[in-house]
This record gives sequence, structure tokens and C-alpha cells, in this order.
Amino acid sequence: MNKTAKNIFEMKVKSSTENLGSIREFVEEKAMQSGIDKSIIDKIVLAVDEACTNIIKHAYNYDETTEFTVRVLISKTEFKVLLIDHGKSFDPNQIADPDMPTYLKQRRVGGLGLHLMRHLMDNVEYHNLEGNVNQLILTKKIA
Amino acid sequence: MAEFSTKHREDGEVNIIELNGYLDAHTAQHLEHAISDLITKNKYKVVVNFEQLKYISSAGLGVFMAFIETMRTNSGDIKLAAMQPSVYNIFDLLGFPLLYEIFPTETEAVNKFKY
Repeated sequence: MNKTAKNIFEMKVKSSTENLGSIREFVEEKAMQSGIDKSIIDKIVLAVDEACTNIIKHAYNYDETTEFTVRVLISKTEFKVLLIDHGKSFDPNQIADPDMPTYLKQRRVGGLGLHLMRHLMDNVEYHNLEGNVNQLILTKKIA
Repeated sequence: MAEFSTKHREDGEVNIIELNGYLDAHTAQHLEHAISDLITKNKYKVVVNFEQLKYISSAGLGVFMAFIETMRTNSGDIKLAAMQPSVYNIFDLLGFPLLYEIFPTETEAVNKFKY
């Protein structure tokens, strides 16, 4: 965990659900230092948790020898979290939000992560870059 | 880091599971075991006390979805109680109150089974 430049903070984590707690603490601490409201911080933290869980589960299929990067970028108006992995890519545009009454009626399990991210953040962007670099950008307006 | 624990108590034929800490994709398995354990003992009336639960992600919500049908088909239920507002907000955001009975206190949830 190191501060690479003013208002840019980064941590590299092993792809294990065991690290979700420290990722949440890292993001929460940076958001608190930025003076963001607790209710907004809770939303950012949950969205990041959901995104990291998806990376660990889907991009890396629970392979704990892999790792990914959590990068926080803070400006006057936005709190951004970039998640960078080198695992299996996906196209979020192909994943529609579930119809919740149907979801509940069918007692479905899982598949709510992206849906939550879209609800909790102002913008969710995904890029599959050259060299098998997957970049998910979660943005929350803070002013 | 992601600390989580459960405690089990009984009130008559109602089984109370107290949650403590952070319920995420790492700790959800712990709760799964606690509920599976009740099913193996044919105990289907469950109240989950959320008072000490500080955090929940969708992996935690998934645990309740995985077991609700088993409980209801065996004349039981999973009733939820005493959630902190930040936790309730996640349930509410996803429409879970449509499927689950959520009570302000554990006593109210337990009484719903009794009376």
C-alpha cells in the first residue's frame, strides 16, 4: 500500500476473498480522509467489495496465486476506484440488471454484484485493454 | 480482516442465530454452515438477529436466498431482525423485504413464530 502521487493511492492484493476486508478498509480510509459523507462512503465501499468479489470469483476463478490492483483517484468532484486485473474478461453491456421481483420469486442466488455497482455508483465503466488488462472504473460524484 | 462470527440460541422451537461483524464473500460460508447445521437437525424455524452485524454484501444476502425455500417447505421460515439502517438499506435496495419478514426486534420475530 503506497501513495504514488497526490490524491492517487494504490494497493496490490492477492486474489483471495480473505483480502476483501483490507480492501474495504483501504477505500474507506481514503474516502474518510476526503471528507465524504458516511452514507456515500458505505455505497462506494460496497460497490468496490462487489467488484473485487467478481474479479476473485470470475476473472481469476479463486486462483490465489494471482493478484489485482485497487487504485483510488480523488479529485474535487469525483471519487474514482480503478480495479485492474489480468484474468478472464467480460462485457458488462451483455449483463442486464435482473428484474428483482422475478429474481426473488425464483429464489435465485448470486449475480447481484454488477446490479449493485450500477445502483450505488454514478458511473461504472469497463475496458478490456491490450495485453489482457481488464480495467473497471467505479465513479462517485462527491461535489 | 473480515471478522465475522455467529452464535446460536434456542427459544422454545425457535432457533436464533446472532450475527456479529462483517458478512461478505469470505465469511458467507461460515453462516452457510451455521444454517446447514440447523437443517441437519430438522430445525426450520429461524430468527436471524442482525444487531451486531456491521456490514453485508450480496454474498451474504445469497445465503438467505439459498435456504429460505427449504425452511418454508418444512413449515418454518427465516425471519430477520434488528438490522442497522446501513444493512437494512441493502436489503431494501434489492427488494428483499418482498420475500423476507424483517422485524425491528428479535422478540417480535420470535413471537411471530409462536403466536
